[in-house]
Amino acid sequence: MTKSCCVIIGASHAGGQLAVSLRQEGWDQKILVIGDEPYLPYNRPPLSKTFLSGEKHVEDLLIRPEAQYEKVDIDFMLGQEVSRIDRTNNLVILDNDTDISYSSLALTTGARVRKLDLPGADLKGVLYLRDISNAEQIQPYIAPGKKAVIVGGGYIGLETAAMLRKLGLEVTVLETADRVLNRVTAPEMSAFYTRIHEEEGVRIVTGAGVTGFAGYNRVREVLCGDSDPFPADLVIIGVGVIPNTELAEEAGLDVDNGICVDGQCRTSDPDIVAAGDCTNHYNAFYQCRLRLESVQNAMDQARVAAATLCGKSNAYNALPWFWSDQYDLKLQIAGLSNGYDEVVLRGDPGAGRKFSAFYFKNDQVIAVDAVNSPQEFMVGKQIISKSLAVDKVMLEDTSVPIKSLLTNA
Amino acid sequence: MPVVTYISQDGAINEIEVTSGSSVMQGAVDNMIDGIVAECGGSCSCATCHCFVDEAWVEKIPPASEMEKDMLECVLEPQENSRLSCQIKVTDELDGLVVRLPESQF
Repeated sequence: MTKSCCVIIGASHAGGQLAVSLRQEGWDQKILVIGDEPYLPYNRPPLSKTFLSGEKHVEDLLIRPEAQYEKVDIDFMLGQEVSRIDRTNNLVILDNDTDISYSSLALTTGARVRKLDLPGADLKGVLYLRDISNAEQIQPYIAPGKKAVIVGGGYIGLETAAMLRKLGLEVTVLETADRVLNRVTAPEMSAFYTRIHEEEGVRIVTGAGVTGFAGYNRVREVLCGDSDPFPADLVIIGVGVIPNTELAEEAGLDVDNGICVDGQCRTSDPDIVAAGDCTNHYNAFYQCRLRLESVQNAMDQARVAAATLCGKSNAYNALPWFWSDQYDLKLQIAGLSNGYDEVVLRGDPGAGRKFSAFYFKNDQVIAVDAVNSPQEFMVGKQIISKSLAVDKVMLEDTSVPIKSLLTNA
Repeated sequence: MPVVTYISQDGAINEIEVTSGSSVMQGAVDNMIDGIVAECGGSCSCATCHCFVDEAWVEKIPPASEMEKDMLECVLEPQENSRLSCQIKVTDELDGLVVRLPESQF
């Protein structure tokens, strides 16, 4: 009789946490985590920050060292691709045609970078940033005075720009929209980040649609239609990610902007769970289905999914939150601001480097962006998750301690 | 290797060898000690690695930064000896450090 085995496909934040949570929930059967990268689960956020700069190395990024997984009998198969899932026979088929039997299956396949299919995109020096091998490909191009062009003014683009600027490169950020961070924040935040980057010497160009890359063998310029080209020794493209849903889709599971899961992280096959960047799930705070790209979502869903596999019924209802580090700015975001109808600013985004933006919808706070304002972030989380009423006049008044808004709610 | 003792609310005591240079948080995460969540992986952004430092050790640890202090004021039940364990770097001088874990990080 085959021993029970939980197979987890994907060995990053969600996969690693799911395996550990299974043991914590009492799963005492075999656990096998299969990952296509040659690394144990590692922290991705430092890739655009301290790893790029060389301050941290691969060993520093690992979420847990190998010895710890061995202690609790969690097995890994790394550098291994999965070809397909055979749900009828409970098999995971690897790309070397080996079959792995599973009694429980978890999909934590994450997401991959969206690539720009433009002329010259395969020139040397045109790179992306999602994993360790990407970062290692970027590192040789880093030297003071080199010209870096970042395509995409989202978090990855801006974090990378900040780090490369710190390392002495000349940095230009090209963003197609009329402002950076346009998908996720209010105009006041975009203006603030533009000001800071420009103060640090980064050039931000908005309304810039990249049409190709020019160079002989290696990239020399980024082309933007009829505008003057941008000279470049290094190009990093950060224009979003695509969830890795192909295995699920080919296996007949429901997929719609991610692998569809319910509140317990079950897919349309109740014996298969999914967690992390690859999932589409219902969010009770915002009353809509969505896909989140964050460490918090990956870890929290992984915990719920593990509990579900162990026969428990926890619901996933955590408030989304996110952080981004650029220069001396710590940005902490609580909630999702889409659909806001009013922004109340606390502090002045036009001067200095500390302020926060509270997003309201129908007079309820739905999200907070806090820059170097950890208390506003922590209090904001409480206000949002408990739907507390907030006095906007007190909120705007920085002489009123933010914590007092909790007692007055 | 320095030993850090983690005492959970339910009385469980874990004496863990933590590499010098690593953090008190990492020692807990590496050893799957329930009670330290560490959502942000140690970047002082989430305050889910909150711990109470034993009185005998409070003065022996470098003081908290302004960012850490601000975060600490907002954790569940902050005390005088509250610290974010991701900001406590383990050194040979801290061999024998004792920390207590809160009932919950949320």
